[in-house]
Amino acid sequence: MSEAVARFVSDGNTVAIEGFTASICFAAAHEIIRQRRQRLTLCRLTPDLVYDQMIAAGVADGMIFSYLGNPGVGSLHCVRRAIEQGVPTPLALEEYSHFGMVGRYIAGASKLPFFPLRSYFGSDIPSVNPRIAFVDSPYGEEQIAVVPPLNPDVAFIHAQRADRHGNTQLWGLLGVQKEVSFASKNVVIVVEEIVDEETIRADPNRTLIPGLIVDAVVEEPFGAHPSYVQGYYDRDGDFYLRWDEISRDRERTDAWLEDWVYGVPDRSAYIIKLGQEKLDKLAPGEKLAPPVNYGRYDQAQDYGSV
Amino acid sequence: MDYSPSELMIVSAARALKGSHVVFVGVGLPNIACNLARHSHSPDLELVYESGVFGARPARLPLSIGDPTLVSGATSACSMADLFMCSLQGGLVDVALLGGAQIDRYGNLNTTVIGDYAKPKVRLPGSGGACEIAINAKSTFMIMRLQRRAFVERLDFVTSPGHLHGGKTRDPHTFPGKGPRLVITDRALFDFDNESREMTLTAVAPGQSVDQIKDDIAWDLRVSVSLHEISPPSDEELHLIRVELDPKGLYR
Repeated sequence: MSEAVARFVSDGNTVAIEGFTASICFAAAHEIIRQRRQRLTLCRLTPDLVYDQMIAAGVADGMIFSYLGNPGVGSLHCVRRAIEQGVPTPLALEEYSHFGMVGRYIAGASKLPFFPLRSYFGSDIPSVNPRIAFVDSPYGEEQIAVVPPLNPDVAFIHAQRADRHGNTQLWGLLGVQKEVSFASKNVVIVVEEIVDEETIRADPNRTLIPGLIVDAVVEEPFGAHPSYVQGYYDRDGDFYLRWDEISRDRERTDAWLEDWVYGVPDRSAYIIKLGQEKLDKLAPGEKLAPPVNYGRYDQAQDYGSV
Repeated sequence: MDYSPSELMIVSAARALKGSHVVFVGVGLPNIACNLARHSHSPDLELVYESGVFGARPARLPLSIGDPTLVSGATSACSMADLFMCSLQGGLVDVALLGGAQIDRYGNLNTTVIGDYAKPKVRLPGSGGACEIAINAKSTFMIMRLQRRAFVERLDFVTSPGHLHGGKTRDPHTFPGKGPRLVITDRALFDFDNESREMTLTAVAPGQSVDQIKDDIAWDLRVSVSLHEISPPSDEELHLIRVELDPKGLYR
């Protein structure tokens, strides 16, 4: 991870660490903080605790997003301190709705000049974000809202498994993991486990991100804690609640960063510090899907003379 | 049986969902309300979550709309692109439940800022999916506590459009959905007048007077000619909330 961050994240870059509640790569965020990157623009539908921590650590001065909250708990206090008081540094906001962010990644992935969507009419969002526009349909009377493409410099995508070429399989909440991967200039895949190519080839429909667009693969078990990875570990709900208290106070936040980010060299050390008891508590149990038959199709057919 | 204002709100929302098929669910009170409806009068209610889940059968109370318990045992889990493009914009959602920090007489909602956008007094979460949900869902129910600071004459920021300026200002060409249908609070229920599209008081909680409700609303409130009292939560409804849906009492 330290090598991936050193190689693919430079000061001033636009960085996306996506994952909708699930599979949020905190391991990447913490390494970016440890390497003290600066002036990053952070993209994410839901900044979540992951960007709250990065913004508290002062690595970013801009954010492109659609929902600012600690999901199911309340506010993101560090982001609010940056917006309301400019602490530790002011934050330039570029704000959309979820569909707008999804559309930006789709336009970015498919190299289109914009993405049309039925949103924003009657809302004040376009008045504070001039990048949202309205165009006339060439096929009728109506107008439609459009958003511009988003092509991050680098995306960190957490997933269940990939092979060493970066062919990546994920399940559970898919979020925008596929779209942001295709949209980003560099893609770093972070997985719970690296598996053989055979495993990937046995279930090709589950491969959402082809190795073709992947620049690096990092094996980082529990790399998404305190978020979760479907079938691997549960969300650490206690921590999401506890962060609400810690993050209200700037000194307590700094002390937490000192303890859990700067104070550990890497994710394995973080996991050891977290302790086995916690990991056991987050074990999700087993609920297996029955296998499906893809068929062998290895018998030559007689097509006659074509 | 005694009940809390939140329980009354959950029960009112669940009752209002009767007859709906596909419901777009938010976290917290809406989530419990939808699950209460499914456990009581509407076992076939299809719950759709913004995170990309259909037909969830949560085995525990989800803390967020992205909880893994929503995925296990669901009928479908899809990408957010599929969810917003094909399901929401495709017109499949009958009712969506939305909340907000401020609402005006036409059901427009603010979830973005209190104060000025550039220099906010309080920075709120923002839209999430609410803006496009308010535009595309066939109808929306608002769930929020009735407080003077929330029911305002003029929103600090319009995040999600309701009936805009009332009357016919919500153009069906740009707004496929019909907009707000009900406002469900802990002390009263409201619908929207057919002509003016203005919020109208239709029911009050036991023990509440119309004047008490009016005191907490910034504009001169319309009152329905068929005003009635909300029937209190039944023992069965309370049992479902307290024992099955929220045993830890997080939302009561």
